[in-house]
Amino acid sequence: MSNYFKDWRLSGLLAVMLVAGLILAGCGGQQPGGTTGTPEKVTLNGAGASFPYPLYSKWFDEYKKKTNEAVTINYQSIGSGGGIKNITDKTVDFGASDAPMKDDQLQKAPGELFHIPTVMGAVVVTFNLEGVSTGLKMSPETVAGIFLGEIKKWNDPKLTSINPGVQLPDKDIVVVHRSDGSGTTNIFTDYLSSVSPAWKEKVGKGTSVEWPAGVGAKGNEGVSGQVKQTPGGVGYVELAYAVENKLPYAFIQNKDGKFVEPTIESTTAAAAAAAASMPADMRVSIVNPPGADSYPISGYTYLLVYKNQDDQTKGKALVDFLWWAVHDGEKFARDLLYAPLPDNVVKLAENKIKQINYQGKQLLQQ
Amino acid sequence: MAILEIVRIRRGKFRRPGWFAFLARCFGLLIAGLMVLIIWEVGRAAWLSIHTFGFSFFTSSRWDPVHDVFGALPFIYGTLASSLLALIIAVPLSLGIAIFLSEMAPPWLKDPVSFIVEILAAIPSVVYGLWGIFVLAPWLRDGVEDWLGNALGFLPFFQGPRSGIGLLTAGIILAIMILPTITAISREVLVAVPQSQREAMLALGGTRWETIVRVVLPYGRVGIFGAVMLGLGRAVGETMAVTMVIGNQPKISLSLFSPAYTMPSVIVNEFSEAVTQLHLSALMEIGLILFAITLLLNIVALLLVRRIGTVPVQGGRM
Repeated sequence: MSNYFKDWRLSGLLAVMLVAGLILAGCGGQQPGGTTGTPEKVTLNGAGASFPYPLYSKWFDEYKKKTNEAVTINYQSIGSGGGIKNITDKTVDFGASDAPMKDDQLQKAPGELFHIPTVMGAVVVTFNLEGVSTGLKMSPETVAGIFLGEIKKWNDPKLTSINPGVQLPDKDIVVVHRSDGSGTTNIFTDYLSSVSPAWKEKVGKGTSVEWPAGVGAKGNEGVSGQVKQTPGGVGYVELAYAVENKLPYAFIQNKDGKFVEPTIESTTAAAAAAAASMPADMRVSIVNPPGADSYPISGYTYLLVYKNQDDQTKGKALVDFLWWAVHDGEKFARDLLYAPLPDNVVKLAENKIKQINYQGKQLLQQ
Repeated sequence: MAILEIVRIRRGKFRRPGWFAFLARCFGLLIAGLMVLIIWEVGRAAWLSIHTFGFSFFTSSRWDPVHDVFGALPFIYGTLASSLLALIIAVPLSLGIAIFLSEMAPPWLKDPVSFIVEILAAIPSVVYGLWGIFVLAPWLRDGVEDWLGNALGFLPFFQGPRSGIGLLTAGIILAIMILPTITAISREVLVAVPQSQREAMLALGGTRWETIVRVVLPYGRVGIFGAVMLGLGRAVGETMAVTMVIGNQPKISLSLFSPAYTMPSVIVNEFSEAVTQLHLSALMEIGLILFAITLLLNIVALLLVRRIGTVPVQGGRM
């Protein structure tokens, strides 16, 4: 110590320079925005669902580029439960959730919350059977029966009768489900509840449920890994995950009686068919919709935002982003294997975004 | 040992400056304060569940987040059963290694073997989990479980479908993970047994086997027990590796082949997506129970291990 600062004059000079530098830097930091003409820098924070995270991170990247780095959006994929909690506590500017919030949760929020749907995800039933690949047919009763643990063998008449020509072995069915709470589970159990009264009564729908059968594995990768490891295994994963990993999946019989392959098109078709009965707050389940081309196991994922914004600058940045997301942003969905919103739902989302305001003043100017 | 002695000597001879003692005391109290704060915060978050379910939380085996009904029994059972299984496998193995290292191994072999055992502790638990899913589980399913089922199928422990995922796999993974802890501490304990004790036994005409079984092990039994308790503490709290291989099904079954669920696993699985207050609170209460169990185990273990330090040291040590 004493060696370095023996020369008091030198250290005094250094200190003065340091302080001066700090003051200059401080002034510099405050200036842009007003004088130089570049837009004010805004940082938005969000948290929630992990299912749409790959798409959201792509969006935030693209949006930052589009606004010349004026708007930075940080997103933490901590899960839908965390997203709901954070937006309710107002520790983030927007939340994200796969399952729409329940009425009592909405009541706990300090203001009116909007659900803005962003994209849809489909859930597929994957399996591991030697000699049987994608295209195995399953009716709603068989899917429910398998996951209820009532259909125990692959050569059960309920399966063989709808799969003529497929050689189904006399093998035990090993059910694999998600052990971690997830939006995927929510969509899947929502579907099972809607097609099977027994499931609805015994189990119900949710991000975590009391599974009547099988083993639990963590994440899409855990379920698919477990299914791959177990001859006779069956599980459910996101469509995107199944396609990327080339997993075999089943064609599911929809409300019109057709066996439909899960694809982005058949998922969007399902959403378009369900849009006719969309409630005003957009909290809706779209499983098992009508329509010959509709794939029956899918659901929306949502961004959660307050109708009345507390901060004009942030609120403005938020609605501009939302507007961009449901229009231009949707173009990125397909590449990342999410189903984009059908046009009639985009219109409904626009309507919501227009209502977002700061002290009664509409924030969207377009 | 050596460090303790140095501390003991120093304590008498040197006077520490007052401010340093004060600062050190503050840090010490800070730890205690943190502990109290953790218990308080977790307890507060768990209050809703404690209040709603009362004692039935410990006796109910229904865990149904959809209908907001929560009982922790399957998780307590799964945690204790998997840890016990791990101990049954790991304790004989660890003791064998420890005895080999302290009593029998030629000097050139001691260090490499202890090093390898201790390096087991450095492998991240998620790696154990992956190895469990992709190597151990198929191997157990296609070989060991069939064999066990056929040979010992009359026992309730070895009945039921064999999927390779469940209590047995979790127990084996845990056994490997706690092996280094128990081995390392047991070895220290055995090395600390005074040489004079061994010499006395040998002088009485005892064989090497008799020396180990009648003198070395009894002399170190308290410390070994402490080592086992520390291992148990680690097994109870282990999360990732167990979650990946245990099957995560809150059911109580005697069969080692069937899936089960542990307390840390259910917390890591369900916490991030728990939406209702009661669900979160029930998870917090499980955390509280887990905290209490591990705290208790560690206190007992530390008290036992500390007793080695008070055993009178006579004659020349190794």
